[in-house]
Amino acid sequence: MTATVKSQPVRQREGSPWTGMWAVMFKEMADHLTSARMRILEILILLTAVATVYAAMQDIRSSIGSDPFLFLKLFTLSRDPLPAFVGFLVFLVPLVAIALAFDAINGEFHRRTMSRVLAQPIYRDALLMGKFLAGFLTLALVLTTIWLLIIGLGLIGLGVPPSGAEVARMLGFLLATIFYGGFWLALAMVFSIVSRQSATAALASIATWLFFTVFWPMLAGLATQMLRPIRLGLPQEIIAQTQLQMTLSRFSPNTLYSETILAFLNPTLRSLGFVLPIQLEGAVLGTPLPLAQSLLLIWPQFTGLIAATILLFAAGYVLFQRQEIRA
Amino acid sequence: MSSDYVIQTKGLSKHYNGLVAVDNLDLNIKRGEIFGLLGPNGSGKTTTILMLLGLTEPTAGKVRVLDFDPARQPLSVKARVGYMPDQIGFYDELSARQNLAYTARLNGLPAAVADERIQAALDRMGLLDVADKRVSTFSRGMRQRLGVADVLIKQPEVIIMDEPTQGLDPEGAHAFLRNIRHLKEEGITILLSSHLLHQVQAVCDRVGLFYRGKMALSGSVAELARKVIGSHYHIEVEAYGDQKALIQALQKVPGISRVQAHGNVYDITANSDLRAEAAEAVVKAGGRLLALRVEEPSLDDIYAHYFQEVEHDSHS
Ligand SMILES: Nc1ncnc2c1ncn2[C@@H]1O[C@H](COP(=O)(O)OP(=O)(O)O)[C@@H](O)[C@H]1O
Ligand SMILES: [Mg+2]
Repeated sequence: MTATVKSQPVRQREGSPWTGMWAVMFKEMADHLTSARMRILEILILLTAVATVYAAMQDIRSSIGSDPFLFLKLFTLSRDPLPAFVGFLVFLVPLVAIALAFDAINGEFHRRTMSRVLAQPIYRDALLMGKFLAGFLTLALVLTTIWLLIIGLGLIGLGVPPSGAEVARMLGFLLATIFYGGFWLALAMVFSIVSRQSATAALASIATWLFFTVFWPMLAGLATQMLRPIRLGLPQEIIAQTQLQMTLSRFSPNTLYSETILAFLNPTLRSLGFVLPIQLEGAVLGTPLPLAQSLLLIWPQFTGLIAATILLFAAGYVLFQRQEIRA
Repeated sequence: MSSDYVIQTKGLSKHYNGLVAVDNLDLNIKRGEIFGLLGPNGSGKTTTILMLLGLTEPTAGKVRVLDFDPARQPLSVKARVGYMPDQIGFYDELSARQNLAYTARLNGLPAAVADERIQAALDRMGLLDVADKRVSTFSRGMRQRLGVADVLIKQPEVIIMDEPTQGLDPEGAHAFLRNIRHLKEEGITILLSSHLLHQVQAVCDRVGLFYRGKMALSGSVAELARKVIGSHYHIEVEAYGDQKALIQALQKVPGISRVQAHGNVYDITANSDLRAEAAEAVVKAGGRLLALRVEEPSLDDIYAHYFQEVEHDSHS
């Protein structure tokens, strides 16, 4: 069949949507790296890192030689009263990301620079993407620096270099952490588009963070008990309840992140779900999993986190394109 | 559409859920002229400007700017048209030079070219001494000049300024408008909007009077005066002599419609600038001329006059 293809009035835009993106990115990054706001947060993370790693080191020293994954313990070992470094990260990373993005767009309106910038030969795409990239790279830079510092401290304190497997796992952990930050960055950016007030955007971002950190686990627990009550105490009931609870809790980026880094930093972790004895058959408990296996284990979580980030960014993109730019 | 015009719109309209902000606008701006978009607040000036730049989508109508369609070729338009928004803002924590450097990078200028143009623009706007000071320390007038410097970075063919004199004191506004006049001498076409008619009347070659989204009138100030007020030149003559004789003599001058005397001062209403004829009449009637002034019709008069008529018509 020969269909007569009508030439649709396609609104082809001229030029690349990314014209000017790098200019925006470099300016924003320079702003971030010199801002007092970032300094404070950097110092906060730095102190946390040094304190937790120092504490962890006290315990690790005793087991040098017996544990093949010493370095990973730098991040995960806690010693009363301090939680482990990763425990802090679940809180600190969102905080840094939100601080980087909550006034990204409304700040331009507030300073009345938006129409002047958009009157230059660039598309809005370039502005939004440039700002996101700048936040993302700043986050990556800060986290990588801290990460290197911790490894450096480990090298000095433990006196042994990390193995290849350890380095690979630590890299995975770093990447996951950066992308976890990316999610909060995208979220704060959406709020900075929706709300013309920076304070409102910051508050909304923090509220969302609080919701996922505090309320969502509680809600998931409550919902589970209502939907899958344990009446007779049968194993099936218990399994069903646990599974539902896990599924629900995975709607939280915090859970996705926690599970991801757990798999990276704890090679002996074999399953994130409810483990039936039959699944452990043939597995020698306590033997570490190869990295590929760990990766497989948290692949859905890791990609889920990235997918959520992309979705949020897309939502922000659509909202921003339709926004009236007059100040 | 022909390219004699730098900016051309046809039937341009913008509706905001039911509210008609710009209504069927036909605008033609010639190369090299200074055009004033004048009208009270809320008459649709800013909306029109945003549509010219492709920053707001028109509801209906056609726009051509330098023969580009701003909705489809916004980059081409924005690379050639400088825009100074109303209540212009800068990055306060950056210096003037850094602010302009950002603009240069957004325009894709190579660093060497950018440095040169920034220097020239700052120099021209008299901001070289403060080039490396933070913009947060700048006064309103300095910001406005920095705004012009910012627009000059891309070496535009057209400059659009929205309410550029807003917030400036009368002297500042005057100095600012003189600067604009210099830009015109370089062949840059300028479109500026204002709700302060008297301020910009001296600087505009042509003006368009906006009212509720429509351009009610356009032309040079003199043309508009003729169209709207007609024979309403006010001439003031101060002379010694016999009042009755002088009045009679003045009234005989063709074109003078009315003469009123207050002591030695005679208020004359004429259909054109008849100062020479009035002086001659005074002297011939034996009077001694002391002073002679003509009051050109101001845009405010025209505006008030025109819209009084419009209101009258719509009420009757
Ligand atoms: N985003 C918007 N939503 C609804 N109405 C708007 C919007 N922007 C402007 N308007 C209305 O459009 C009209 C024209 O506004 P504007 O172009 O800003 O006028 P001016 O610049 O001449 O003061 C006004 O009545 C204003 O309230
Ligand atoms: Mg306006």
